[in-house]
Amino acid sequence: MADLSIDVAGIASPNPFWLASAPPANTGDQVMRAFDAGWGGAVWKTLGDPIVNTSSRFGALDYAGGKVMGLNNIELITDRPLAVNLREIREVKRRYPKHAVVVSLMTETKRDWQTLVRKVEDAGCDGLELNFGCPHGMCERGMGSSIGQEPKLIAEIASWVKAVARTPVLVKLTPNTGDIVEAAAAARQGGADGVSLINTIKSLMGVDLERMVPNPRVGDGSTNGGYCGPAVKPIALHMVAAIARGMPRYPISGIGGVATWRDAAEFMALGSSTVQVCTAVMHLGYRIVADMIDGLNEWLDAHGMASARELVGRAVPAYREWGDLDINYKVVAHIDPTTCIGCQKCVVACQDGAHQCIFTGPGDRARPPHAHAPGKARAPVPFPFGAVAGDRVPWVDEPECVGCNLCQLVCPVSGCITMQELPGGPKQTWNERVAAGTARVPGGIHDESDAT
Amino acid sequence: MSTFLAKLPAGRAEAALPDKKPPMSAAEAKLEAERCLYCADAPCTQACPTSIDVPGFIKRIASGNVCGSARLIFAQNLLGTSCSRVCPVEVLCEGACVLEAWQHKPIAIGRLQRFATETARREAPGLLAPGARGGKRVACVGSGPASLAFAATLALEGHEATVYERRALPGGLNTTGVAPYKLHADAALAEVDWVASLGVRIRTSVEIGRDVAAAQLLAEHDAVFLGLGLGEDTKLGIPGEDGPGVVGATAWIEDVKLRGCAQPPLGHVVVVGGGNTAIDVARECAQLGAASVTMVYRRAPADMSGYAHEMEAARKDGVALVAHARPSAVIRDAAGVVKALRVTVAGAERDLSCDLVAMAIGQSKLRAVATQFPGVALDARGCVVADPTTGTTGHPKVFSGGDCVNGGKEVVNAVAEGRNAARHLLRTWSGTHG
Repeated sequence: MADLSIDVAGIASPNPFWLASAPPANTGDQVMRAFDAGWGGAVWKTLGDPIVNTSSRFGALDYAGGKVMGLNNIELITDRPLAVNLREIREVKRRYPKHAVVVSLMTETKRDWQTLVRKVEDAGCDGLELNFGCPHGMCERGMGSSIGQEPKLIAEIASWVKAVARTPVLVKLTPNTGDIVEAAAAARQGGADGVSLINTIKSLMGVDLERMVPNPRVGDGSTNGGYCGPAVKPIALHMVAAIARGMPRYPISGIGGVATWRDAAEFMALGSSTVQVCTAVMHLGYRIVADMIDGLNEWLDAHGMASARELVGRAVPAYREWGDLDINYKVVAHIDPTTCIGCQKCVVACQDGAHQCIFTGPGDRARPPHAHAPGKARAPVPFPFGAVAGDRVPWVDEPECVGCNLCQLVCPVSGCITMQELPGGPKQTWNERVAAGTARVPGGIHDESDAT
Repeated sequence: MSTFLAKLPAGRAEAALPDKKPPMSAAEAKLEAERCLYCADAPCTQACPTSIDVPGFIKRIASGNVCGSARLIFAQNLLGTSCSRVCPVEVLCEGACVLEAWQHKPIAIGRLQRFATETARREAPGLLAPGARGGKRVACVGSGPASLAFAATLALEGHEATVYERRALPGGLNTTGVAPYKLHADAALAEVDWVASLGVRIRTSVEIGRDVAAAQLLAEHDAVFLGLGLGEDTKLGIPGEDGPGVVGATAWIEDVKLRGCAQPPLGHVVVVGGGNTAIDVARECAQLGAASVTMVYRRAPADMSGYAHEMEAARKDGVALVAHARPSAVIRDAAGVVKALRVTVAGAERDLSCDLVAMAIGQSKLRAVATQFPGVALDARGCVVADPTTGTTGHPKVFSGGDCVNGGKEVVNAVAEGRNAARHLLRTWSGTHG
């Protein structure tokens, strides 16, 4: 078994799986039950001046029969007295000394921040997370994302906290900003020991068309909330990777749609040391961590990694500018007739949504007028009658296939459509072409007629 | 408005036979609809005799557009509700579902179609409205699915359609002959009432040739559609066959569907035949609590014309099968009470003790009505000769479809043939009017 223990910005944890600062980490009882289930750490739901919440608070996006692909909330920070939270933090640390207990904070003045930091550190927490991210409610009061959208404020408040903090400080960043690296750089400039991201994305979940009120509905109105869950993972991965690439070795705790060990491994490969989870726990409960621990262990063992630390940042070098990709690399789609079930979703996707190079039935086909390849599309001979789908098995006009992946993405049968590598030219990037003068910016391939 | 449904007697025996495929809730339907892959050039649509856009109507259920879903179904099949329950989907749309090739359960297309059409009929009674009056006048002889599809297709286009039915209740086999666990008589009549709401006039207890002459029908209408169905249950012609304790299959099913539960306990039942009607009768007897049900079939099990999935279900209901058995006599005691069916199996005579024998070896052809229309021909089997794609017969104003033409196929085939004849007329008439 691999060693799953890890630390982020000096906060040690028995494994990379933390509860994010959110409803699952609202109370001491919850955090202790989560630790019993296997979670390595928890970021306590944001402390500050206790607030008043609305009813209702959450909205979800369901997709294609699946529930809660995305979740939105308009719940604010803790509504429980500070003294109660502090007492419970102390109790959790006493009973779980090796687990990571980080406390999320949000308040206003320098004095408030510094007082709050001292109190929670006195309660025994292992680190602090500054909530500069909530895009609903608190931002209207000059907190949350209204700080995270302003690099100068990020740096300034981080420096207030660092001036008194004895434990490591993470700044939780909002994705509702133009350049996430600028925000992370501001946190580092203010002295923060690392960042955690992403906080939720500003969102409206939908509209109740009968009442003409957006969701989640609070009486006769609604407000924008914070969006999270599996749907936001790609946005989060990009922002994590952008910081990992732009600020090498700056500690990151990744957040955004993590639901499985594989999601976690992806965040880690792109530079996160720990991951924080909220929506998946709200949907399925603390128990999901058992598979996260198992799965990551199995994967690390299978890939010869003795420690989860070896995984952190592995994929960062492969995240490049478009201009640094090899434009001579070539793949084409291949449909396995033995596993094809004949749904022909790939045909429609290619014809309507891609590059018109998948056809059905035997016999040659005329290529569309805009085709790159000359002549007709040639059906395979003999025609590949499928094991189960017979002559409903589609075929790929390989010379015309641009290797876009769309057919593979829509195919319901895993492994039926594969993208196969063809010999391309020698590796060459767009930036190399520009540097060599064989292409120019902006625009496409150099056109002789333009030169005259 | 008085409905045919209201004329159905209460306390019918069929009430003891619950739906084998119960209706779906909206939540169930949405979840199942989401499973549909939304195939292109979909095999389910190709397998449907009425070419319903199956992925299209399922997608609309998934999106919550149930009325649009029903409208898409009705565009091809105005009897989409009964077809959703009566169709042998296992060998049609669901049998063609690509998910089967992937070792997944096919989409429950029949149940989804039932959900969409029943929901829309309930929640949007005005979903389809009769076209403006003033068109042609057509008459249908018989009120089964072929005639109703023909009449409703034309009524929706503004033509005046009248359906004549010799029985007291309309609907043909849907009302009298389809196994109740697939479609109860009340559901069949509710659909007939809905078809009537589309502008179709239905006159029951009127027999053509007795109450109204064929010549008069022809004189008063621009077209006449013969949807005659089939006649009485065929007899074997063996000793002891006539008398109490021996019933014709469709007559017996009609009793179960339309009449009360006053029948004596079923005891031991022998069903003669290997078709779908034989299996239906056998299953109904088993489900109604018969002491035993045995099917007697003259050839090998593989030769049976009944669907394998139906026979499999019959076996699960407890039905036994004696194959290669040729009935030779119904044995009665001195009082005339049925005691056994004598059969010959592998050269040896055997008496299968029983209290009831159901003959399910086919139905006779109703030759007398069709031949009253000059030019309409019957083939050697006694079926009306008509083009299945246009319904045209030897008389230019007479069209025909359904069991009387195809010899006895599915409800969905009858609907397709009635609809096709109506569409042919619409094309012809629109050509006439330029």
